[in-house]
Amino acid sequence: MQRLIGKKIGMTSLFDENGNNTPVTVIEAGPCVVTQVKTEDKEGYNAFQISWGDKKEKHWTKAEVGHAKASNSTPKSVLVEVRNPRIERKVGDVLDVNIFSVGEFVDVVGKSKGKGFQGVVKRHGFAGVGESTHGQHDRQRAPGSIGASSYPSKVFKGTRMAGRTGNKINKISSLEIIKIIPEQNLILIKGAVPGFNGSTVILEK
Amino acid sequence: MIPLPSLKFTKMSNRINDLGIHTLRTDLPSFKAGDRVAVHYIIKEGNKERPQIFQGDVIQRRGQGATETFTVRKISNGVGVERIFPTNSPKVSKVELVRSGKVRRARIYYLRALTGKKARIKERRG
Repeated sequence: MQRLIGKKIGMTSLFDENGNNTPVTVIEAGPCVVTQVKTEDKEGYNAFQISWGDKKEKHWTKAEVGHAKASNSTPKSVLVEVRNPRIERKVGDVLDVNIFSVGEFVDVVGKSKGKGFQGVVKRHGFAGVGESTHGQHDRQRAPGSIGASSYPSKVFKGTRMAGRTGNKINKISSLEIIKIIPEQNLILIKGAVPGFNGSTVILEK
Repeated sequence: MIPLPSLKFTKMSNRINDLGIHTLRTDLPSFKAGDRVAVHYIIKEGNKERPQIFQGDVIQRRGQGATETFTVRKISNGVGVERIFPTNSPKVSKVELVRSGKVRRARIYYLRALTGKKARIKERRG
């Protein structure tokens, strides 16, 4: 697996030479510094850790400064591990958008927008009853029955109900890379990715 | 799972348009709601390409930068027809300004409810 940390900038669209319009999300990703290499002998598994994101000097702790020292960098706001890497990296290596190429498909991890307490129609895609309320009021977006009475006499665990929606870490798979602008560390990905503009995202392939 | 702290922007407004991802076209005349335009839209028939002209009144321009669009309304055989064109689409080969109109709004949706003599737009002169 390969990973890169970045920030969602926003959405726009691109025209190709045939005039087709493609919706894209602009992500500013990398450069990420390899801060630690974990090995099977020492930590029990193979991985390396990458760091990204500015952090004000007044928020640095001595532990963070010490951790970043090995890679000759400064403390960063996001640290992410890449497990079982196919390509070996050394501490201090810098990864940027060039690890990806145009036309490749990547997964994007991000934290979705919080929607608050939502009903089952928005949260789980229930259909509601529409207009067929049989004269009852406040029934149009109700969930309906949540279980039978005499048997099983309980509501099964995991039954989909209303509740807090969004604000969860989600992964969207197989999004095509449309364009890469290495000078500005930008990757343009087809379609939408989770989260607000400005939120942290992780690209994986 | 992975910690994902959120980084806040101070100014987001024009960030995308300032990145230089797009090359915005500058060849179109300046037109706004109320103006009558002829839009040359390239359509493909087999291997041949030809421009199709759609002439009507602009009833709105919306968006900015790369995703800007404008809506053109015309009356065709007594039926109102509206078409939305992306300003930066390469298929919009040319936009001709036929006549400038004098209207008080940026989006003249009230035109949809009017027909005949009432649906005329005064010409802006000078």
